[in-house]
Amino acid sequence: MGFVNWFKRHLVVLAGLVTLGYLLLPNIVVTVFSFNKPKGRFNYEWQQFSLDAWKDPCGVADMCGSLSVSLQIAVWATIGATVLGTMIAFALVRYRFRARGAVNSLIFLPMAMPEVVMAASLLTLFLNMGAQLGFWTILIAHIMFCLSFVVTAVKARVMSMDPRLEQAAQDLYAGPLQTFLRVTLPIAAPGIAAGALLAFALSFDDFIITNFNAGSTVTFPMFVWGSAQRGTPVQINVIGTTMFVLAVLFVLLSMAVGNRRNRRKA
Amino acid sequence: MAAVTEAPAPPAPTTPATKPPRRRGRFTPYWLLLPGILWLLVFFALPMIYQGSTSVQTGSLEQGYKVTWHFATYWDALSTYWPQFLRSVLYAAAATLLCLVLGYPLAYLIAFRAGRWRNLVMILVIAPFFTSFLIRTLAWKTILADNGPVVGALNTLHVLDVTNWLGWTAGDRVLATPLAVVCGLTYNFLPFMILPLYTSLERIDGRLHEAAGDLYATPFTTFRKVTFPLSMPGVVSGTLLTFIPAAGDYVNADLLGSTDTRMVGNVIQTQFLRILDYPTAAALSFILMAAILAMVTFYIRRSGTEDLV
Repeated sequence: MGFVNWFKRHLVVLAGLVTLGYLLLPNIVVTVFSFNKPKGRFNYEWQQFSLDAWKDPCGVADMCGSLSVSLQIAVWATIGATVLGTMIAFALVRYRFRARGAVNSLIFLPMAMPEVVMAASLLTLFLNMGAQLGFWTILIAHIMFCLSFVVTAVKARVMSMDPRLEQAAQDLYAGPLQTFLRVTLPIAAPGIAAGALLAFALSFDDFIITNFNAGSTVTFPMFVWGSAQRGTPVQINVIGTTMFVLAVLFVLLSMAVGNRRNRRKA
Repeated sequence: MAAVTEAPAPPAPTTPATKPPRRRGRFTPYWLLLPGILWLLVFFALPMIYQGSTSVQTGSLEQGYKVTWHFATYWDALSTYWPQFLRSVLYAAAATLLCLVLGYPLAYLIAFRAGRWRNLVMILVIAPFFTSFLIRTLAWKTILADNGPVVGALNTLHVLDVTNWLGWTAGDRVLATPLAVVCGLTYNFLPFMILPLYTSLERIDGRLHEAAGDLYATPFTTFRKVTFPLSMPGVVSGTLLTFIPAAGDYVNADLLGSTDTRMVGNVIQTQFLRILDYPTAAALSFILMAAILAMVTFYIRRSGTEDLV
């Protein structure tokens, strides 16, 4: 009976771990297959171990170019969406103004809309305006759909902020600018950073909206999509694995820094 | 009170001169809102209007399109592509349900049982996001390959016989079947279910569980009467965040499915980018948008009132 009881007690944990496995299995496959040496054009079947792709990550035509296009768009989209989104978030939390409901739904709707609908309608706009599809149309689209997520992230942080801290700063003869730069902004920073990180990830990985509005510009997800038709180079897996490892390291590092800072304060 | 003695020539009734000078920063919120809201109006709201107009135009690429209020496009689009619409709803609903069933234990595990492993598990849930989702979706081609271990195991256990009979799979393979597409959709949108679930579970006061136990509730009753109702906000936003993108997705149906698993997103994509039949594509996209908005509104109202009860 001991085993049955143990099983019953840990059922949730076991089910959760199964889900975690389901979530991580593709990443494991991506990593393992980055060491593969496929026979044909497609890297779907295991043949033999090889370090070829890791030694020459840019060995596929146009892949690293598309990676740099994606990075540039992601950086600019992050900056744009973070600045615009933070401004909106402050307006929403700190001020009373007319048409608040309309503003709120204009922020919410892009998040509640299937991407393909936004992609298709944006394309009709660009076609009607006769705009040249490419880097700029992708950037415009990315800032548009990242904006709402930044607003949500920053709003949550600013709302939980104690307004008395700013009042205290003003009592101590800090001007409005000084109060903002030395009190408000540092407190809101984690929310802004979270929003920016989210925007970067969303922009870098976006495929559907980019697919509609890219013209002949190729971002990294567009490159992967094309290679699914033409043949998947092993280098794709190298990039995928590297991104995963970098992300985990980045999060671990920032957590370590945060812990150290907390300990110093205590 | 210098303002009173100076008395401006035409005394405006709305802003009497006796009032103190305009409070500084009265227009600040509008300046803060302006650029971002303008961006959303021009690149989100305006395109919707353009799309609505395109959907009632007739013409051809060569001669150009004109608005002729040709609403028959909607009827034609629906009568031609209703199977794809139905499939989108069914696949997205199945994926959402699977996400809830799979995601709930993991969210519960992170919120209550992970202890010092909590941050690590959380990182492992979010980190896959940083590998391009197209690469990860392609990995499912390897996992579900015809001669791979998964299909082999399902065959040995005679699971494929059942799914073949249900029409979820065909001919002893999983790839290029509805099962593969739903599996991919579930995988892709699972984090969108787990994160809101975790957020609402984490807010629950652990003492409520103890109290339920003290009142002789079995663990299952505690879950049914205390934990689950309190996690409803997470369930509602999780299902929305999963269902909406899944219903519009065309990547999974394209990479893991076949021509028999095409969803409405696939139709919109090919009409827009390959066939260049803009009115039909715009009409389809408009119908999808209206359906999703109606569903979201109904669902939020419904769950809102349930919360009150």
